[in-house]
Amino acid sequence: MRALLLRDLRLAVRAGGGFGLGLAFFLIVVVLVPFGLGPDRALLSSIAPGMLWVAALLAALLTLDRLFALDHEDGALPLLATAPLPLEGLVAAKAAAHWLTTGLPLTLAAPLLGPLLALPPGAWPWLLASLAIGTPALSLIGTFGAALTIGIRRGGLLLSLIVLPLYVPTLIFGAEMARRGAAGLPIGAALPMLAALTLGCLALLPFAAAAALRVNLR
Amino acid sequence: MSLWEYANPKKFTETVTPLIPWVLGLAAICLVASLIWGVFFTPEDYRQGATVKIIYLHVPSALMAINAWFMMLVASLIWLVRRHHVSALAAKAAAPVGMVMVLIAIATGAIWGKPMWGTYWAWDPRLTSFLILFLFYLGYMALWAAVDDADTAADLTSVLCIVGSVFAVLSRYAVLFWNQGLHQGASLSLDAEEHVADVFYYPLLVSIAGFVLLFLGLVLLRTRSEIALRRAAALDRRAEARAAATTGEPA
Amino acid sequence: MTGLLGDYAGEVISAYIVSLALIGGLVWLSALQARRARKQLKRAESRHG
Repeated sequence: MRALLLRDLRLAVRAGGGFGLGLAFFLIVVVLVPFGLGPDRALLSSIAPGMLWVAALLAALLTLDRLFALDHEDGALPLLATAPLPLEGLVAAKAAAHWLTTGLPLTLAAPLLGPLLALPPGAWPWLLASLAIGTPALSLIGTFGAALTIGIRRGGLLLSLIVLPLYVPTLIFGAEMARRGAAGLPIGAALPMLAALTLGCLALLPFAAAAALRVNLR
Repeated sequence: MSLWEYANPKKFTETVTPLIPWVLGLAAICLVASLIWGVFFTPEDYRQGATVKIIYLHVPSALMAINAWFMMLVASLIWLVRRHHVSALAAKAAAPVGMVMVLIAIATGAIWGKPMWGTYWAWDPRLTSFLILFLFYLGYMALWAAVDDADTAADLTSVLCIVGSVFAVLSRYAVLFWNQGLHQGASLSLDAEEHVADVFYYPLLVSIAGFVLLFLGLVLLRTRSEIALRRAAALDRRAEARAAATTGEPA
Repeated sequence: MTGLLGDYAGEVISAYIVSLALIGGLVWLSALQARRARKQLKRAESRHG
């Protein structure tokens, strides 16, 4: 499992991997939003946490379709499936690799890009924490979606359509937590709900994704 | 004699074919009766005026939109556990019907919302949940359409339906947490204190019966069509294989 | 008609038209699908039943 994880990470960092893509997309959204909305600091700072969350979600969505696609195209996937590692483990490793190459960099980049959106300084730790807790759920849900659509040619659009409603609860709790933190309000149930969501995804979705993979590899 | 006998596609088709016109006819009668009753023979609400008459479309369609998804969930589970093809095809057949129900609920709600809330759309929890449900239906149907192999498609959509159900419930709570609503409380309840006044209640019940029958009839009809299409494809495939075997021999 | 439905005749009528059109469209499409399915099955059975 660790070998698989390291292999995926190496592939992602190399040219053509998803590493730069998600981050670049994130940067593009954050830079373009003020051009679209005008430079009003009060407006920008009020939407900054939510905007950063939406940008992170879209960046994660953008990099999903290459999660299994490359292994599927070059025929490595059936080989990986027959390896001693159970499929659930394979899926978990894939999700972890996706998170390490998109979720984690996005989380670390978000506070750095905060000043561009006039994010209040007190909001940084909350934004960082909400992204750190929430993005693993995005990667896990995305892995499930990618496992469902693996055999479909040009499945990118379908993948987005399937994953979009599944992302809603994560986005709501994550952005709500960041927003309340930024506004100095009590966080309330958002933090435990977000954490519960991520843990629940971690516990259950690898099984669903492995079931989908098994069907697709039949 | 058990219920599972109807899992045989042939038996299902034979049983269902004579029923379909009756169910759909009864649905039409209930719908027409309740809508005429609702429009012409019920009073106006003292606050909502005549717009209260939209309730005869809005509440039943919203109810069926959720029930259709629930039925798909049950059918998906039956398919995964017992591998009855009819079950998978019934889930497939129900999806477009459920999606149209969501559309009706959203459209009538928007038309009603404009004069009452002053806006066609508000990010109210119930409205938002229905929008999410609509997206689930879309994704489910798109997945059915995208996968070529029938059994693979049935398996994948069943898994999606189960995971989607969990996330739909989660979304419901997330959305409640996110915004307090404008929407009315439950219109219907067995507890007579809570639901709408009797003058609106009885035509509403007839209208709900009409929507249930409509859903039932359409799902039976569409399931039968899916079975016929599947059988036709299987016959074609078998004939092709036979042809390939005979022509392939001499070479 | 407007007398019957008061100030909101437009809303009520449009809600009914939209809903009935959606239901009608669904029934129509289902009927088309049923006819197509029956034709295909008949063709397949007659050709190589």
